[in-house]
Amino acid sequence: MSLKKLTWSVVSLLALLAVVLAACAPATPAATEAPAATEAPMATEAPAATEVPAATEVPATPMKVEVFSWWTGGGEAAGLDAMIKVFQAQYPNIEFVNAAVAGGAGTNARAVLATRLQAGDPPDSWQGHAGQELIGTYVQANQLQPLNDLYAAEGWLDVMPKTLIPLISQDGNIYSVPVNIHRANVMWYNPKVLADNGIEVPTTMDEWFAAMDKLQAAGITPLAMGEQWTAMHLFETVMLGTLGAEKYNGLWDGSVAWDSAEAKQGIENYKKVLTYVNSDAASLTWQDAAQLVTNGDAAFNVMGDWAEGYFRELGKTPNTDYGWAPVPGTVGVFQFLSDSFVLPVGAPDAEGATAWLKVAGSKAGQEAFNPVKGSICARTDCDPALFGVYLQSAMADWSSNVVVGSLTHGVVANDSWKTDINTALGLFLADQNVDTFDAALVTACKTSGPCK
Amino acid sequence: MSALRFRFQWRYLLLLPLLFMTVFYLVPMYVMLVTGFKAFDEVSLKTMWALPRGIAFDNYIEAYQKLAPSLWNSINMVVPAAILSSFLGSINGFVLARWKFRGADIIFPLILFGMFIPYQSILIPLVEFMRRINMYGGLPGLVLAHVIYGIPITTLTFRNYYATVPKEIIEAARIDGADLIKTYLHILLPLSLPSFVVVLIWQFTSAWNDFLFAVVLTNPDSWPITVALNNMAGSQIIAWNVQMAGSLLAALPTLLVYFFLGRYFLRGLMAGALKG
Amino acid sequence: MLKFKNRDTLLSIALVTPSIVAVAIFIYGFIAWSVRVSLSQWKGLLPDYTWVGLKNYIELFRDARFQVDIRNTIIFTVVFVGGSLLLGLLMAILLDQNLPGETFFRNLFLFPMAISFIVTGVVWRWLMNPATGSRISGLNQLFDSLGLDFLINRWHTTPFWGIAAIALAAIWQMSGYTMAMYLGGLRSISDELREAARVDGASEWQIYQHIILPLLSPITLSAMIILGHISLKVFDLIVAIAGKQLPLDVPAIYMWQVTFDGYFFGKGAAISVLLLVVVSLLVIPYIRYNLKNEADV
Repeated sequence: MSLKKLTWSVVSLLALLAVVLAACAPATPAATEAPAATEAPMATEAPAATEVPAATEVPATPMKVEVFSWWTGGGEAAGLDAMIKVFQAQYPNIEFVNAAVAGGAGTNARAVLATRLQAGDPPDSWQGHAGQELIGTYVQANQLQPLNDLYAAEGWLDVMPKTLIPLISQDGNIYSVPVNIHRANVMWYNPKVLADNGIEVPTTMDEWFAAMDKLQAAGITPLAMGEQWTAMHLFETVMLGTLGAEKYNGLWDGSVAWDSAEAKQGIENYKKVLTYVNSDAASLTWQDAAQLVTNGDAAFNVMGDWAEGYFRELGKTPNTDYGWAPVPGTVGVFQFLSDSFVLPVGAPDAEGATAWLKVAGSKAGQEAFNPVKGSICARTDCDPALFGVYLQSAMADWSSNVVVGSLTHGVVANDSWKTDINTALGLFLADQNVDTFDAALVTACKTSGPCK
Repeated sequence: MSALRFRFQWRYLLLLPLLFMTVFYLVPMYVMLVTGFKAFDEVSLKTMWALPRGIAFDNYIEAYQKLAPSLWNSINMVVPAAILSSFLGSINGFVLARWKFRGADIIFPLILFGMFIPYQSILIPLVEFMRRINMYGGLPGLVLAHVIYGIPITTLTFRNYYATVPKEIIEAARIDGADLIKTYLHILLPLSLPSFVVVLIWQFTSAWNDFLFAVVLTNPDSWPITVALNNMAGSQIIAWNVQMAGSLLAALPTLLVYFFLGRYFLRGLMAGALKG
Repeated sequence: MLKFKNRDTLLSIALVTPSIVAVAIFIYGFIAWSVRVSLSQWKGLLPDYTWVGLKNYIELFRDARFQVDIRNTIIFTVVFVGGSLLLGLLMAILLDQNLPGETFFRNLFLFPMAISFIVTGVVWRWLMNPATGSRISGLNQLFDSLGLDFLINRWHTTPFWGIAAIALAAIWQMSGYTMAMYLGGLRSISDELREAARVDGASEWQIYQHIILPLLSPITLSAMIILGHISLKVFDLIVAIAGKQLPLDVPAIYMWQVTFDGYFFGKGAAISVLLLVVVSLLVIPYIRYNLKNEADV
């Protein structure tokens, strides 16, 4: 066969292959056409002897619910799976489509979500941090439906803490169903390192500085920290510890100025705290930093209580290998964050979405999710026996402490504001200039927050 | 006699820098391989260089189970995308290099410029457009995106390649009565194999390794392997041993392509394909 | 004959039309959208095309973070492009010497191109861990055990220059490409030319300096353009190695954060348009130069 003919046959074979494979590719789900059909009531042709499963109302046409989240690995995915199982037991006819996309704090998932919302193609529900992250972005753009009726029907107002509801509402409308609660202002420590150096667990800023001075003199890294977002996490706890709950809240509702004396003191304290931090923080993930404590390479680490799940995964024992206390200055205050689900306007499968929300807010759903995930229920009636030592203490604190919201995890500031704060913080970490940092924070509040 | 001996030693000395480069290139692969064979408790920054306790394929099996569905998605997406964009590039290159119409010399740089845009900046209109033409959410839409955004570079490669084909050959064919189609099919296409190989491999690699378009344009049931790999990492606690095993698995198809077809790719590159 | 020619000209236009239409929409149409948004004050999920002129651009030039971006882009581009060209050239020259095992080396140096920037970043993140002392790991640990203490450094956490370390990982990935280009170029320089120079008394070094390198300059130029534009758009590699942290910020990351984390669509569009402008400054003169050269030939 001549080279020409050979080439020609190879080329036509490849072309054929391309066409065949393109045809075999899964067809585009008819995302735009189908939904109208699924929401229609059951057809009249249904046979008389319809078996009705033990579940709730069963439509004839298959329903599905597409839920967006960033829970793709570890305890989070396991928790989600447990909750999905509860859902499938209660609603066997609704197909659950798990559209989880990984990426720290959902950065990829949120980008995908933003592009879909822009194109007018929302999923049926998505995970978001309760508070301004949801309200400042999605409610502002009229993308979420209020859930007051659902709350009334399910009796959630009686079981969710009273301090929580205002933080997830706007103008009296509740916009999300919180599944869990995490605490941000937790200081993890290595009991042995503290004992070896004769240090008591500090409860105030001054005690903390004194303790960290001692550790530094002994050649031990006092405070473990990771990459930039953990620095923001540390920042919010130090601000809370310096200002106290009321003034801290004032920063976020505009009643306390960011260039007031107290706020400046908070920044100065933060600058001092940073001097005790490991020099390679920028290259560590939060897990690496937390692990420094359990390895004995550092004494303290400020991180949310998802760290506890990580410690247990590493096989560490609570109170032996690691201990916990509120960040100094924040005793009696519970700085919270919450993962929650929403009902978008124009959800393709509104019934499926509502079914999912019902499970997410139910005792069964939350009791399945939280022990595995390593958080406590948003509901106050979950069974403490299901939870480990740390989580039980968190549950006790949740019902007794003053509750304030986290910055890093989307409760107190909307995303635009948080992005500006993040830029200002990044610049501060590089140049340590308190004045430019403070000025930038003032500007950020004016641009995206309630400050005038 | 002594000159010959001198030559010998001198040339062998040159192997030293080459061996040093070999180490430079293999070190990251070593870490990836070795971590893929470790158990979760063996994996940490401290033990990066240590050999694994044993060679167990558990991580690879786990990674494969998690990645397998997306693997097929990737193949189904990449092969048509690479082939279609290569053909389009070939036809464009032929027309713009050797069968010009008025304005062809303006069209070419306009097409070429498309290679340089930052893809994040067009994500939103891209998703909106795909939705409007009902191509959002599945592999056909992703294939379309890769084909279209591959047009500039495939056109560039083929145009430059065909520009080296002597004008006389085309002229001779025209005088003999061949029209455009005949000239393409009988003269240029048979000559194009080296160029096709380069372009196919380049497009295959770029579509296979793409994450941005994949994560934004597809639904969970049509996710390619890059998205699945990213999801395997999880957002909170990353199992590095499984992740590295998964990364190697995800890279395997392109590595195999380079292994078997690499010499043709090299030949094509060395012949000047992919020159600006 | 004329009818024949006209039909073919129409056909040639028709064949290229699909690509022209696609490029018109997907590239120029979308760029136009970006420009329009960059001149607006769109913030938040609801589109807001209110005209604000060049406000976003002016703010960017005063923006401290954008200054960091510019600095990092310059350093990264110079180190990445320069390093890839140099390394590629060196390897090509070495491989041109007809040494044993040439095929093995050639394939080895090329294969990093097969893996994605994300995977490369993940591995290099581990290698470039900057811890010292008892927690030393990665390349630092290797240097330490080999007695090469002077090489131990903070890699990408080095203040100001840290981005050069990331450029190292990028060089690892892409220098096989420059090597292949240069090798082809070297092979195409006839041996007679070199022999003639040798006969004339030129040393090997002089041959390289005055004959070979000048003949390779078209390759250098085109590789510079291809690598240059990759360098200006770099995102995956940096995020995989360093996450999204300010000292290693580049325009592509800033654009992502500002658009998808902060919903400042106007500002994000302005960054991407600026990026495009810089790329154009690099690329358009080169394209014109190339086309002119061909016309002369």
